[in-house]
Amino acid sequence: MAYSEKVIDHYQNPKNVGTLDKSSKNVGTGLVGAPECGDVMRLQIEVNGETGMITDAKFKTFGCGSAIASSSLATEWLKGKSVDEALKIDNMTIVEELNLPPVKIHCSVLAEDAIKAAINDYREKNGMEKIKFEESVVH
Amino acid sequence: MLNLPIYLDNNATTPMDPRVLETMTPYFLNHFGNSASRNHPFGWAAEEAVDYAREQVAKLIGADPKEIIFTSGATEADNLGIKGIFEMYASKGNHIITATTEHKAVLDTCKHIEKLGGEVTYLEVKPDGLIDLAELEAAIKPTTILIAIMYANNEIGTIMPIKEISAIARKHGVLVFTDGTQAVGKIPVDVNKDGIDLMAFTAHKMYGPKGVGALYVRRKNPRVKVTAQIDGGGHERGMRSGTINVPGVVGFGKACELCMNEMESDTKRIIKLRDKLEASLLKIEESYVNGSVTHRLPHVANISFKHVEGEGLLMGFNKNIALSSGSACTSASLEPSYVLKALGLGDDLAHSSLRFGLSRFTTEEEIDYTIKSITDTVLKLREMSPLWEMYKEGIDLNSIEWAAH
Repeated sequence: MAYSEKVIDHYQNPKNVGTLDKSSKNVGTGLVGAPECGDVMRLQIEVNGETGMITDAKFKTFGCGSAIASSSLATEWLKGKSVDEALKIDNMTIVEELNLPPVKIHCSVLAEDAIKAAINDYREKNGMEKIKFEESVVH
Repeated sequence: MLNLPIYLDNNATTPMDPRVLETMTPYFLNHFGNSASRNHPFGWAAEEAVDYAREQVAKLIGADPKEIIFTSGATEADNLGIKGIFEMYASKGNHIITATTEHKAVLDTCKHIEKLGGEVTYLEVKPDGLIDLAELEAAIKPTTILIAIMYANNEIGTIMPIKEISAIARKHGVLVFTDGTQAVGKIPVDVNKDGIDLMAFTAHKMYGPKGVGALYVRRKNPRVKVTAQIDGGGHERGMRSGTINVPGVVGFGKACELCMNEMESDTKRIIKLRDKLEASLLKIEESYVNGSVTHRLPHVANISFKHVEGEGLLMGFNKNIALSSGSACTSASLEPSYVLKALGLGDDLAHSSLRFGLSRFTTEEEIDYTIKSITDTVLKLREMSPLWEMYKEGIDLNSIEWAAH
C-alpha cells in the first residue's frame, strides 16, 4: 500500500515527539490503544490555566506510519488552540488532511480519542468534571 | 555496486534465475505444441520437454518421474493432495491431522473438508514452532487417513521432523502429506528417506516461474491414489486434467536441476549471510528470533523488535528493502500473524516482527545495508514509542489496563 506524501513526511519528520511532565498540574496525558491491536498513542498537552490555551503538545506513538502521522498532525493542530477548540478536532479532518485510506481510519480515531483523553486528564487534575464522550463509531 | 531496492522477501517468491528463463523461451515460440498432441512433431517436442522436466523435478526429491503430477502451483497441489485423499480414502476414514501453523492453503482446505463432514485435528506447536510427536501419535484414531504437516514453515522457516512423523504414520497405517513449498530446492528432501506419501511444492520459490507446481504422489509402498479435483482430458494419469503449461514445466525442471547442483554452495553462502544479518540485528536491545534456530531453513530469519510496530518499522525502509512483517495492520482485521501467535508470542511481539528471506542472489553488501537501515529505524522508532519509554522506566506493560479499540 502506498502512503500519501503527507503521511510519509510526518513519519520521516515527526513533529513534537517527546514527553511532558505528567505529574504537572498543567499537563494532561491521554494514553489510548493497546499493544495487542498494534497501536498505542500517548498524547500530552500543556495548558495555560489562566487563558485555557494549549501552549505545548507532545506525543509518542507505537504503531504504523499512519498512526504516527495522525498523532504528529494532532500535536501540530493542538498547539495554540484553546482547550474548547481542541475538543472540536474531528477524526475525519485528520483523515482528509493525511489522505488516509479506509483501513487506516482507526488511526485518526485513535488520535481523536487521545486528544479527548488528554483533555479529560487535565480537567480531572484541575478539579473539573470529566466530559463524557460518545463512543466513537469507527473502530 | 549496491542496487536498490533490495529484495529480501524470498519466502513470498524468488526472482527467476536467468538460466531458467533461457530454457523456457523456445517453448513459448518454436516448440509451442500441446504435449498431449500425439500425432505431430509439435506435440512430440512438447511431450519430450515435459518428460525431461518431470525427470529433473523427480530427481530433486528422489522420486520416480511417474510420481510427479504437475499443477498450477503449491496451493492447487495442497488442495489436490488433501481433498483427493479425503475423497479417495472415504471408506477408510474421515479424520485428518494437521497443525495450526500450516499455510492457509492447507488450513482452508481442511476447513472445507470439515464442512464436507470430515474431522480435522489441529495440533498446537511448541514455542520453537515444532509439533510434539507424542501429541501427534496420541491424536491418531482408527478413522485417521492422513497426517498433513508442512516440511518447513513459510514465516519462521522451522523445519518439522518429517522423518519421525512419517515413522509414526507408518506404524499406524496413516498416509503422510507434506507441504514442501519452502523446503524443496533449499534443503535436501528425499521422499523415500523421509517417508513422504504426498508432497506439494512449486517452482516460483526456487527461482522458477510462477504458475507451475507439482504434487508428488507415491506409487509404491504403499501405492497412493488421489481423486482428481479438476476433471477433463485425463492428463497427469487422470489426477489433474488440463493442458500442461509446457514452458512453465520446462522452467520448473531447470530450476530443480539448478537447485540440485548448487544447493550445497548456495546454502553455505546464504547461511553465512543470514547468520551475519541475524547476529547483527540481535545486538539491538530487546530483539528476539522467532521459531527454532536449530531446525531452520538456511535462508530464513524471523526477528521481533520489542516495542516497535512491524508496519511502522517497514515504512522506515520499504522503499529500499523488500521485507514482510508479521503485523497485519494493513488488513482490516488488525490480527497479527497466526503463526507467531501459535508459538505463544504475545500480540505485541507478533506485531513487532520482520521476516527475512534470502536468496541465491543476495549479496553481502545488501545485508550490510539492511543491517544498518533496520538498526537505525528501530532506534528511531523506539525514541517515538511510548511502550519503549515505559519499558525503560521499568513499568510492567501488562499491569496497564489498555483500552481495547
